[in-house]
Amino acid sequence: MEAMVADARPSATIRSVPSEGFKPAKVITQDVNVYYGQKHALKHVTIDIPERSVTAFIGPSGCGKSTFLRCFNRMNDTISAARVTGKIGIDGLDIYDPSLDVVQLRARVGMVFQKPNPFPKSIYENVAYGPRIHGIAASKAELDDIVASSLRKAGLFEEVKDRLNESGTGLSGGQQQRLCIARAIAVGPEVILMDEPCSALDPIATAKIEELIDELRENFTIVIVTHSMQQAARVSQKTAFFHLGDLVEEGPTDMIFTNPKERRTQDYITGRFG
Amino acid sequence: MSEHIVAAYDDELTGIAGTIAEMGGLAERMLVDSVTALVRVDTHLAQSVITTDLRLDSMQRRVEEATISLIARRQPMARDLRDIVTALRVSIDIERIGDLAKNIAKRVAAIDGHFHPKRLALGVEHISDIALEQVKAVIDAYTGKDSVAALAIRDRDNEIDQMYTSLFRELLTYMMEDPRNITFCTHLLFCAKNIERIGDHATNIAENVYYQVTGQQLADDRPKLDESSLTPADFGTR
Repeated sequence: MEAMVADARPSATIRSVPSEGFKPAKVITQDVNVYYGQKHALKHVTIDIPERSVTAFIGPSGCGKSTFLRCFNRMNDTISAARVTGKIGIDGLDIYDPSLDVVQLRARVGMVFQKPNPFPKSIYENVAYGPRIHGIAASKAELDDIVASSLRKAGLFEEVKDRLNESGTGLSGGQQQRLCIARAIAVGPEVILMDEPCSALDPIATAKIEELIDELRENFTIVIVTHSMQQAARVSQKTAFFHLGDLVEEGPTDMIFTNPKERRTQDYITGRFG
Repeated sequence: MSEHIVAAYDDELTGIAGTIAEMGGLAERMLVDSVTALVRVDTHLAQSVITTDLRLDSMQRRVEEATISLIARRQPMARDLRDIVTALRVSIDIERIGDLAKNIAKRVAAIDGHFHPKRLALGVEHISDIALEQVKAVIDAYTGKDSVAALAIRDRDNEIDQMYTSLFRELLTYMMEDPRNITFCTHLLFCAKNIERIGDHATNIAENVYYQVTGQQLADDRPKLDESSLTPADFGTR
């Protein structure tokens, strides 16, 4: 499976300059622009996303952070008016190469959304769906293992192990979100994108997701868009601040939240008029 | 810096900074009064310093409560966070300066009625003048958010340390000259040490102001010049 993907990789490679204090880059972007029709929604964004770390995108509504996140698995392809320029590389592979299989890309780059969106199927089927369509499991037993281990990694297994055949939509909001994370993990992605994954959850469910994110970063590269600056400060190692389509500032999370260099970052995170 | 979207946030921050400036003024007054009371052996003035310290303590508690509450309610970030942490630390240093001035004032009652030639206290008066300048300057640096002034204040603490070491020798000499001086000089020595410690608190405040303004912690590479603990007392017995 992995070999197939590797063979499909075009020869074009994208390299980054190693940055201090971070793990090597998993995702590299160079001069990325996104246009929605005439609107220039994202302007010349160049940033490295370190592997097996959590990178947070923050910024006011409409700043382009979700738009940028959606470039990483080419979700913007589904919007006909959207146009993306520049380069985005994952492990050196140009993901906008026309010969690239988008379905395979999305298996490598999973996504979790703001509102939990389990399929109207059983808990088991929610997790088994991805591995099944990607042909990852050779047997029913193997599929069972994938489902159980994905639910375990998502911190949900103990709560649902006796009712795997019940509907996923019957779970609480926080459980549904963890189910969606399990579903994303099940196809063995390397990168997980999270677009405000806790904004519809209560504080306890939020804490569980944050704890989970902290565990997941040992094995996955995580990019999270969040409106909660405290959440960005808690869960991420790297933070990037966007404003009006510009990447204003990026750096170690500790630095961004205690001593940002840019005036606009300072004003935004301290709740001042920007 | 522009204002917060939530106006009450600004009011709270301003209120805390105001209380600290007030505390600074009170601590300066206590230092002046305690040393004046010491030199003149004025127990009445000394008592007023001791009373003022209670006020300073309660103001410190107010700052502490206000900063903790602000952190809990507003989750401050960046410059705001540094402002609030600095306010908390500075208030503790000022409160300690008040304690040290109070300690000086407490000795006045002990000296009262004993042999106390005025000239012996001149050195203590002098070191207290320098310490007072430092305290005043550092409170100004805090209210003016002046990191350059803060650095200069930090460097000047050496003067106090050196002066303390020489004062230590001087007081030893007085004690050797005339054993009747021993009681007074011992009290003066403790007072001098208290004043030297006040200088250290001024330095702490300066370092905090520097952090508040720049976001950088100063490295702890400042030379310490209080060598009194290494100074031998030579009684000329050999």
